[in-house]
Amino acid sequence: MSKAREAGLAHQRFGVGARPGDVQAAASDPRGYLEAQLDRAAEAVVTAPLPAGDEAVRRFMAMRRDAVAAQEADARARRERLALVAQGPLPGMEGKLDPVAPGPEDRARRVILVPEIQASFHHAFATPAGFLERLALFWTNHFAVSIRKGGIAPAHVGAFLREAIRPHVAGRFVDMLVAVETHPAMLFYLDNQRSMGPNSRAGRNRGRSLNENLAREILELHTLGVDGGYTQADVTALAQVITGWSIVPAQEAEGGRFAFRANMHEPGPKTLLGRSYPQDGQEQGLAVLADLARHPSTARHVARKLVTHFIADEAPAALVADLTQAFRHSDGDLKAVYRTLIASREAWECPLTKLRTPMEMLIAVCRATGFKPEAGPVQNWMNVMGQPVWAPPSPKGFPDAAATWMAPDAIRARLDWAMTFGQRLGGRLDAVSLGEDVFGALLTDETKTALRRAESRQQALALLIMSPEFQRR
Amino acid sequence: MLIDCPLSRRSFLAGTGALFAWSFMPAFASAAQGRDPRFLTIILRGGLDGLSAVPAVGDPDYGRLRRDLAMPTDGPNAVLPLDGFFALNARMTHLHRLYRNGQALILHAAATPYRERSHFDGQDVLETGLDRPGGRDGWLNRALAALPRGERLPKPRGLAIGATVPLILQGSESITSWSPQVFPPASEETVRRLLALYEARDPVLARALAEGVDIGRTAARQGLAGLGRAATPEGFFADQAMAAARLMSLEDGPRVAAMSFDGWDTHADQGPQEGRLARLLAGLDAAIGALEQGLAPVWPQTVVAIVTEFGRTARGNGTDGTDHGTATVAFLIGGAVAGGRVVADWPGLAEARLYQNRDLAPTMDLRAALKGVLADHLGLSARTLSERVFPGSAGAAPIGGLLRV
Repeated sequence: MSKAREAGLAHQRFGVGARPGDVQAAASDPRGYLEAQLDRAAEAVVTAPLPAGDEAVRRFMAMRRDAVAAQEADARARRERLALVAQGPLPGMEGKLDPVAPGPEDRARRVILVPEIQASFHHAFATPAGFLERLALFWTNHFAVSIRKGGIAPAHVGAFLREAIRPHVAGRFVDMLVAVETHPAMLFYLDNQRSMGPNSRAGRNRGRSLNENLAREILELHTLGVDGGYTQADVTALAQVITGWSIVPAQEAEGGRFAFRANMHEPGPKTLLGRSYPQDGQEQGLAVLADLARHPSTARHVARKLVTHFIADEAPAALVADLTQAFRHSDGDLKAVYRTLIASREAWECPLTKLRTPMEMLIAVCRATGFKPEAGPVQNWMNVMGQPVWAPPSPKGFPDAAATWMAPDAIRARLDWAMTFGQRLGGRLDAVSLGEDVFGALLTDETKTALRRAESRQQALALLIMSPEFQRR
Repeated sequence: MLIDCPLSRRSFLAGTGALFAWSFMPAFASAAQGRDPRFLTIILRGGLDGLSAVPAVGDPDYGRLRRDLAMPTDGPNAVLPLDGFFALNARMTHLHRLYRNGQALILHAAATPYRERSHFDGQDVLETGLDRPGGRDGWLNRALAALPRGERLPKPRGLAIGATVPLILQGSESITSWSPQVFPPASEETVRRLLALYEARDPVLARALAEGVDIGRTAARQGLAGLGRAATPEGFFADQAMAAARLMSLEDGPRVAAMSFDGWDTHADQGPQEGRLARLLAGLDAAIGALEQGLAPVWPQTVVAIVTEFGRTARGNGTDGTDHGTATVAFLIGGAVAGGRVVADWPGLAEARLYQNRDLAPTMDLRAALKGVLADHLGLSARTLSERVFPGSAGAAPIGGLLRV
C-alpha cells in the first residue's frame, strides 16, 4: 500500500472527507496523521457559545408557554370580535378561528435548536480533525436520541451531543456512558424520568411503577449488546436500579437539570448479572454502569460496531477480536481501541465497500467545496435524503449497512441533489483539480475522464460528488 | 498473514451485465393459476399494542387487567363492534368498513418465533423470516426470487417505499424503491454519464441508479411527485400508501412491496383513545383508505399484510404506557382476503394465562399465516415456503383459507 493511497484513505475510510490540502497534509505519515488527532481530543468539542442543556430547556419551554398564552389570548380576542358582529361564530367558522397561526414551538426552535444544528454542522464542515468528527458521528448514533420525541427534546439534544458525547470520543468508555445515561436528554428520550420503584415512597403513594425502556436499551444497545448474556430479570433489575434518575421540571429554578429523586428510587440491594449491588441511591446505578462498561460483552459489542462501521458490513472476525482485546486490556480506553484499528491491515487493504450516509455525504461535499449552508437547507436536504437531522428512527440510530442505504430511489435523489448543488457552485470550481486534491491517489482514471469530458463545470461537480470515490468509504 | 476482507456481493460486487435488457414482463401470472396478484407488507415498527387496536372486550379479565388503558364500549371513543368478543379501536373506520365488507381479516394472539424483547432483533426476525436473529436477507425478497421470471429479464418486481431498503426486501432479487421527490431531476445526459462511470467502476451503484431513475420517471408520469409532504407523520402514512398503491396498480409496475410506519413504541402516555396511539391508528387507517382507493383497479387481486415485531405488556406500566411484550394483532386486507373474521386461538387474559405473567400469550405463529397467504396468493409450494422463504418453519404449517381462492 503506497503512502499516497493511505493518505487518501485516512480521509475516506477514517474521516469525514478531505478539505483541499488535507490529503497532502497526511501524505508523509497517514497513520501518524490519524493518531495525532487522538491527542487533540478537545477538537471534537463544538466551541460555539451555546447555552447549557438545562438553560436551553428553561428558555425553550418558557418561549413555548408564552407562545401558547399569546395564541390563546389572540383566539379569545377574535372570538369576542366575531361575537360582537354576529352574535356567535359565522357559519363555517367554528373551530377555524386561527387557521394559519404558527406552531407554539416555532420561535423556540428558531432560537434554541437551529443554532445548535448550525454550530454542529459548521464544526463538521471546517474541523481539521476529520477522524475525531467521524468518531463523534459514530458515538452520536450509538447513543441515539431524537428531537422528534417532542416535549423538551428539541431543546437539549444539541447540548447532549456537546456535553455527553463529544468530550469523551477519545476518552474512556465508562465516562461517556455515565455522562450519557445521566444526561436529561437520554433520560427523557427513553422515558426514565417518571419511572418509579413500586416500593419507593412515591411509587406506593401513587400506585405507580417501572418504565423499563432506558434499562433495556442500556443493556441491549449501549453496553452488552443484544447477545451479551442478560435476561428479562436483568432488565427489570436495572430499571429498578435507575429509578429516581430524573429531570428537574422546566419551570423550576434549576429546570432541565439531572435530579436524583430518592423518593422514586426502589429501595434495597439489587442483583444484576449475578452480582449484588448493596449501594444506596444514585451510587447503585453508577456502580452498575461501571461494571457494565468493563464487561467483556460490552468490549465485544463496541469492537464489532466500530469494525462494521469503519471496515465492512460483514465485520472481519479477527479484527473484531483484536479491538475487543484492546478494549479489555486498556479497561475501556477508546484511544487504545482506535489505535488498534489504525494499526490493522484491514483498514488499509480492504476495499471501500461501505456507502457514505447522506449526512456524511453532505459534510464531505461541504468540506471539499468550502460551502457552508445554513441550518435550514441542511435540515431540508437531510429530510429528503432519509436522514433527518438528530431524528433517528429508533434508539438503535440510523442504519449503518451499505445495503440499507443502496436504495435505488435514494441514489437517484443523491444525484438530483448533487446536480442542484453543482448548478449552484460548479461555475467557480474545477472538478478535476478538486478531485485530485481531495482524493489524491484514490481518484481513478475513469472518474477523471468523466470529469474532463463533462459538458459543463456544473455537471462535472455533480459527477465528482456522485463518483464511486466520493460515495464509497 | 492473510487478512479477511469480506466482499459482500450485495454491498459491492453485484453481477454485471444485462442492466438495460429490461422489458415489460413483471407479472408472474403463471405462478398463481392465471391471477396477477399484488402483495404489500406494512411493518409497524416499535411494537403495536394489539389490546388497544383490537381489544378483547368480551374477555372477563380485560377491564380488570387493562385498568386505565381499557377501551370504552360507549361514549365518543367507543370501540367499533367486530364479532362480539373482539372490537376495533374507534379510530379505524376504514378498516371497520372493510371488515364488514368481508375484505379485512384480523389475526390475534399472533407472534413471530422471537421470544425476547428487543425491537431490533424482533424486527430482524419479522423481516428475515428466520426463527432467530442474525439473517442477512428478507423473506419477501426470497419469495420474489422463488417466483418464476417473465420471459425476458423483467423490471424489478419488488418495491420499497422510503429512503432505505428494509431488511424484509434485501437479498439477491433486485428491488426498486420510491420516496417523495423534492429536487429537480438531473438531466438525462447527466444520468447517462454517471451510469457509464458506475458501469465501469461500481456495478451495484449502476444498478441502483438505473432503477431509481426508472421508477422516478414512472412516478412522475403517475403524478406522484407532489405526494409525501404531509405535515404530520400520520398524513405521511397515507401519502406513502397512496404512492405504493398507484405504482403497484400499473400494468408494468412492481407486484410486491414493503413499507414501514414508525412510532408504535408507546412506553409512556400511550393514549389509545385520543392520544398518541389513537393518532397513529388513525394514520394507519388513513393509509388503509388510501390503499383501497389507489389499488382499486387491482383490488380483487390484492392482499396487504400489516404486521409488527411484537406486542406490548398486557398490563400498563408506571407511566401510562406499556413495555415490550409478545403476542399481538396482525391485519390482512384486500379484495382477495376472505375477511370479516377475527382468526385467533384466544389464550385469555387471566393472570395464569399470560406469557411470563406479563404478556398476551402467543397461540399463532405469524409465519404460518404469512405462509398461507404466500401459498394461496403467489402460488408458492409448501416446500418452497418451508425451505427457502421461511427456512426452518416446517412445524408452522401454512394456514389455509385466509384468502378467496
